[in-house]
Amino acid sequence: MNHDAIRRWKSTIVVWLCGLSVLVALVPLAFILFFVVSQGVQALNWDFFTKLPAPVGEPGGGFANAIVGTLMLVGIGAAFAVPIGVISGVYIAEFPATKLATMARFAADTLNGVPSIVVGVFVYGIAVMPFQQFSAIAGGIALGIMMIPIVTRTTEELLKLVPPALREGALALGATRGWATMTVVLPAAAPGIITGVVLALARIAGETAPLLFTAFNNRFMSVSPTQPIASLTVQVYTYAISPYEDWHRQAWAGALVLVSLVLSCSLLARFATRRLERLQTGH
Amino acid sequence: MPTPMPVMTTTAPAPSRPLTTVVPPARALPTEVPQTAIDVDRLSFFYGQKQALFDITAKLPAKLVTAFIGPSGCGKSTFLRTMNRMNDVVPGTRITGKLIVDGRDIYGPGVDPVALRREVGMVFQKSNPFPKSIFENIAYGVRLNRLAADRSAMNDVVEESLRSAALWDEVKDRLHDSALALSGGQQQRLCIARALAIKPKILLMDEPASALDPIATQRIEELIYELRSKFTIVIVTHNMQQAARVSDMTALFWLGKLVEFDRTEKIFTNPAAKLTEDYVTGRFG
Repeated sequence: MNHDAIRRWKSTIVVWLCGLSVLVALVPLAFILFFVVSQGVQALNWDFFTKLPAPVGEPGGGFANAIVGTLMLVGIGAAFAVPIGVISGVYIAEFPATKLATMARFAADTLNGVPSIVVGVFVYGIAVMPFQQFSAIAGGIALGIMMIPIVTRTTEELLKLVPPALREGALALGATRGWATMTVVLPAAAPGIITGVVLALARIAGETAPLLFTAFNNRFMSVSPTQPIASLTVQVYTYAISPYEDWHRQAWAGALVLVSLVLSCSLLARFATRRLERLQTGH
Repeated sequence: MPTPMPVMTTTAPAPSRPLTTVVPPARALPTEVPQTAIDVDRLSFFYGQKQALFDITAKLPAKLVTAFIGPSGCGKSTFLRTMNRMNDVVPGTRITGKLIVDGRDIYGPGVDPVALRREVGMVFQKSNPFPKSIFENIAYGVRLNRLAADRSAMNDVVEESLRSAALWDEVKDRLHDSALALSGGQQQRLCIARALAIKPKILLMDEPASALDPIATQRIEELIYELRSKFTIVIVTHNMQQAARVSDMTALFWLGKLVEFDRTEKIFTNPAAKLTEDYVTGRFG
């Protein structure tokens, strides 16, 4: 075999290896979707969305409280994590060489790597123990803490992608540095930041561990921020480890709703981003 | 590099608008001594330890076009950016000497660079329209400087600026479309319109046509020619023919030093320095 033939062979092998890896990477997702959908649809009905959990032994009932609970927990988390994350991301991008920025960047990466159960225990200490009360607020804080580093780093990365020429254009028209950032640089990065935020929402919506010690669970419908609250993840967990066949089916349905929620978040992010980009570029 | 000729030839297909020869023969300079717009006195500039400009002294005349030419890295852009203190944004820079605009040293105490930039506008090498509508691109600086009292005044300013930049007819029906949908040449003219809208006294242009095709370049040059009586224009270019076509005065920079600064006609036909002669005849650079 001559040299060129060997090179062509090598190339073919590498291409096949890459393709194979992609397939292997996709297999878990495909199986998860397949099982969740095929098992979940069996217990999925209108009652599932509108009814509260039925007492043990009684058939039927639904996850209405858990769906509301998850939306509320994610909402509380996002309400403080998005502003804090975006603004600290702006700071790190604007003053990248300062000590505080270096520290903040390192802290964000570390926080991102802290196991979620540890975040749950920490929030238990600061927001549950002092009040002797599990609450939706505590759960929201735990989720928010998980969200801050993701939003911070996404914002920073996207701001760095905005061409410096845009900022200079604003400065040359007599804008102050802060004004240029708020009116030109940040809006230019907005589509990407929104994507990052929505993906972070999807990520925290699927968290269980931080909620176990904070939001706890609630068998009843509650929208009070100071009371324990149900969530899809904790409810799925509770139902899945129960000995009841009926609850197992409902756990699958809960998992399906959760996966759909996360998936629609991703789709929404893509749609919103594309829409905004089209508005900005006119294409 | 061919010998510079103050004529532009093009073989491109005829555009919708008739092309006039870009620039009429060199304009006769006014007989009286022109006023000085920018008075530079022994200006040196440093990026950290590295000195980028050495003892520049020059008087740039008002309401004329001054071109800076020279090879890449010779300091011409750096010099331009000292005039609206755009280099302030770059960390670790230092400047000595005086740069007097409108009778005051802009590096003196108490000078606000933000206020200065309202007097000294700038157009960049690569067009940098904001990702907003055409209208909003112009309105941005107008609002910032409170130059329009109400909506109708704003509409007037936008139209006037776009007309001054010879862009109005092309965009008047789509003012609220994204500026990024414009062609490269249109984007650059939008950036010029944006700079004109805040009514600066001086307009700095940093290689405004270097990223454009010949037709778009020609339109920018025509525009500079039309604007020359209203503003003091300082243009950096690495295209010597362009300097010959659009400017009244030309300065040659070389390794951070000002080699020669004189009437454009003289620089291109009878330069005093050997270096200038070698450069403009394309013997190097």
